[in-house]
Amino acid sequence: MAIERLLKDEATEEKGERARMASFVGAMAIADLVKTTLGPKGMDKILQSTGRGHNVTVTNDGATILKSLHIDNPAAKVLVDISKVQDDEVGDGTTSVVVLAGELLREAEKLIMSKIHPMTIIEGYRMAAECARNALLKRTTDNKEDPEKFRSDLLKIATTTLCSKILSQDKEHFAKLAVDAVLKLKGSTNLESIQIIKKAGGSLSDSFLDEGFILDKKIGIGQPKRIENARILVANTAMDTDKVKIYGARVRVDSMAKVAQIETAEKEKMREKVQKIVAHGINCFVNRQLIYNFPEELFADAGILAIEHADFDGIERLALVTGGEIASTFDNPESVKLGRCKLIEEIMIGEDKLIHFSGVDMGQACTIVLRGASSHVLDEAERSLHDALCVLSQTVNDSRVLYGGGWPEMVMTREVDELARRTPGKKSHAIEAFSRALQIIPTTIADNAGLDSAELISRLRAEHHNAASAAGIDVLSGTVGDMEKLGISEAFKVKQAVLLSATEAAEMILRVDEIISCAPRRREDRM
Amino acid sequence: MALAFDEYGRPFIILKEQEQKTRLRGLEAQKANIAAGKAIARILRTSLGPKGMDKMLQSPDGDVTITNDGATILEQMDVDNQIAKLMVELSRSQDYEIGDGTTGVVVLAGALLEQAEKLLERGIHPIRVAEGYEMASRIAVEHMEKISQKFEFSITDAEPLVQTCSTTLSSKIVSRRKRDLAAIAVEAVLAVADLERKDVNLDLIKVEGKVGGKLEDTELIHGIIVDKDMSHPQMPKRIEDAKIAILTCPFEPPKPKTKHKVDIDTVEKFQTLRQQEQKYFDEMVQKCKDVGATLVICQWGFDDEANHLLMHRNLPAVRWVGGVELELIAIATGGRIVPRFQELTPEKLGRAGIVREKSFGTTKDRMLYIEQCANSRAVTIFIRGGNKMVIEETKRSIHDALCVARNLIRNNSIVYGGGSAEISCSIAVEAAADRHPGVEQYAIRSFAEALEYVPMALAENSGLQPIDTLTAVKAQQVKEKNPYCGIDCNDVGTNDMREQNVFETLIGKQQQILLATQVVKMILKIDDVITPSDF
Repeated sequence: MAIERLLKDEATEEKGERARMASFVGAMAIADLVKTTLGPKGMDKILQSTGRGHNVTVTNDGATILKSLHIDNPAAKVLVDISKVQDDEVGDGTTSVVVLAGELLREAEKLIMSKIHPMTIIEGYRMAAECARNALLKRTTDNKEDPEKFRSDLLKIATTTLCSKILSQDKEHFAKLAVDAVLKLKGSTNLESIQIIKKAGGSLSDSFLDEGFILDKKIGIGQPKRIENARILVANTAMDTDKVKIYGARVRVDSMAKVAQIETAEKEKMREKVQKIVAHGINCFVNRQLIYNFPEELFADAGILAIEHADFDGIERLALVTGGEIASTFDNPESVKLGRCKLIEEIMIGEDKLIHFSGVDMGQACTIVLRGASSHVLDEAERSLHDALCVLSQTVNDSRVLYGGGWPEMVMTREVDELARRTPGKKSHAIEAFSRALQIIPTTIADNAGLDSAELISRLRAEHHNAASAAGIDVLSGTVGDMEKLGISEAFKVKQAVLLSATEAAEMILRVDEIISCAPRRREDRM
Repeated sequence: MALAFDEYGRPFIILKEQEQKTRLRGLEAQKANIAAGKAIARILRTSLGPKGMDKMLQSPDGDVTITNDGATILEQMDVDNQIAKLMVELSRSQDYEIGDGTTGVVVLAGALLEQAEKLLERGIHPIRVAEGYEMASRIAVEHMEKISQKFEFSITDAEPLVQTCSTTLSSKIVSRRKRDLAAIAVEAVLAVADLERKDVNLDLIKVEGKVGGKLEDTELIHGIIVDKDMSHPQMPKRIEDAKIAILTCPFEPPKPKTKHKVDIDTVEKFQTLRQQEQKYFDEMVQKCKDVGATLVICQWGFDDEANHLLMHRNLPAVRWVGGVELELIAIATGGRIVPRFQELTPEKLGRAGIVREKSFGTTKDRMLYIEQCANSRAVTIFIRGGNKMVIEETKRSIHDALCVARNLIRNNSIVYGGGSAEISCSIAVEAAADRHPGVEQYAIRSFAEALEYVPMALAENSGLQPIDTLTAVKAQQVKEKNPYCGIDCNDVGTNDMREQNVFETLIGKQQQILLATQVVKMILKIDDVITPSDF
């Protein structure tokens, strides 16, 4: 007898084969969507938002594309999620991870068609992933000891990462820029201290890395535009009307004269505060909050450069760069640490005036100024540069390096095939399927570049029969080339994250045999 | 029969608006209820065992959960049917009581209902069926006690505990790292366990998760983690031998509860007020300094001035710490929560060996670790993982593992898993049935049959021939008089569960049988379902 209404209205339930089909189809659709953006000759996508203004984004960053999609299929959401985490964790490989997971599922579907239990497939995939990882581990090179070589490694990685992005024309320039910026961080992975300022105008190759620090603010009127040997006080204090903070205090007077008196007292208070600040012996004062006209005037009189309303990040970075401390009380000038820099001056980029701090002590932060024709170009350039910076900063900590251009996949394929031959039982089918899925990445790179992928991959595989080969796809000349000579490298950490999260996601989707979707929550129509 | 007649023969209506309600009565009602119960059990059936499959659940807001924890699946399923809701409750109570076996209990209840349906069709009265089930469950529970074994472990040799926990974890997605996670869970439980009283307060184990990193980075911290950072970016990131003042008052001038106004009408008043204000800040910081605190943890915010004063006087501080976390910190460090600055005394300070700030990933995420506390009996399990779904699922799995370890500490009797206990009970119940006079005999026999559903589902999920495997194992148990034979789910080659080291806690299994029987009894007793139709 049929049971009516076990679940709430509109809730749906999919079981067994159907559920599996639904998740495979969803996941593969997502993978196919981003597939064409893979590799140096990958194409971009235009994304139009549904919000007001229908803003347009042009990008080939997998995570950005997937983030902006409205997806209903739960399995597809899993893939979007792994791409996002890949972005947060290592910054690059966001497309590869989705393509690999999609391929693993496609292969799994074939196996399920031939009646192999999903759990057996998962077991095979796990063994294969472990084996692939070990294969990569064996072939990594680590040049941490040798700073010269290490730097060239970093440069190679940055070039490889950037060559699939919009910056590829000027990739050498940007690679150098990114490497310099990351090396300044001295091992910290806090990319907050690399500030990226975007200014439309000029061309991409006009972008530059600034040694010092640039603050997107104007200098107050009547104050010096150029200070040498600056002593900077970085502060976070109210420089408007300094309110009395005792609860319930209010001013009540009975004559105009008294108002005037209190006003004077207030002014006096502010004057005192300014004098205390001046007593620190500074010639530059940067405040997070507003500075009213009156104190600004006082600062101008004292010949001090006062910068108001620097946002919180700016203040923290400035404190980091100049080595000063962020102060809020000013009673003990002798114990407050002041920031120092050689030169503060106003500079012009395009039409905008900015404040430039150069010759700073600590130098753990820096600024990259991006120039470009339009805001779309700048946005995409920022995303690409961010990818490169993330990868580099991770590589500084984990300096193991691999060759690129499909080389790691071929190395893994070789080892995994070997494993499949050794393994008895149904699992070996799954392991073989894993190695086929791995080959998809070089195949897609070749396909996207308009090359004959079948021919190339088979030649590549033949090359890799020799265990010590460094062969990979040279997309530019359309042949198999030596990756070592071509200088194409990738970070081990990125490859490992791609491999592990793709397997994990595929496993998670394979384990599902039932999908229950609750009724969508009704929203009040506000229109 | 909604129309009745009173003593004078006048008709009156018992059920208002009769025609607008749907109503099921008698056998019809029971069958509908049984069908609903079975439908729920069928959903969970495939999640049973180490090779059980997961379910993907999409919430009303579109968030995706992937899990094979019975209680979680049922809770998120948005069930509308009343009987189905009873099954959800059933799984939840197993979760509260034992924490593990939430799937098994529902599958068992479903099997009992299915058997009951057959009996009802033969014309046996539901109450007799219920009574028969009750007797059978008692037999099964007693038998289980007989085949149970004592489980030996000590604080120095936790290895057996770790193995039990890894059995629990092997059916979850984290099975790749089951060994490490089991070790973490056991260490956590042993750290907070009161071995003399045989009790474990799981509230002292905090499970925190953060997206990013690998599952391998999951760690146990002997202390507390707070998702906060120092209030001033330039305060020290590492404090050793911290003396912690735990405050619930803000670093701001006090606000009296009564309404008042301070009128300023002269310049002198304005100036005194200003000085007073400065004094307030100074005094507050001075008080904390005086009692010897080296770290201030505050539930509220600070004024910018206070913040800088604290920084200036070398007194690191953390602000906006939640109430629950504040309590945990107080427990862990042995400090007292202080509501006023005046009441701050050196005795009320908490102590911790080391307090440090740690940052993660490429984003600006920082967390505060408070470790080596005075009272080491509060620990945190910090989970890292590829994505939010994995972390949520890991949290649930760790919770199950913690519960299992706790149950073993409470009562160290175990029965072997892999369906062996169920099969053994089934044999015992069946033997007892024959000795029972009356209609209940049929019910008892059906109960025995229902017990076999669990091993059957296990075999099916593991890709084995269910009937073949079950009959073979059953024959083996009877022939060898060995109640430890079960289903060889992992294809190891032996089906003696003692060799495979697959076992579960005795109370968990007993609870499953008792709870399932109770719910089934309740469902069988319903003979009239009245639902208001849709409006």
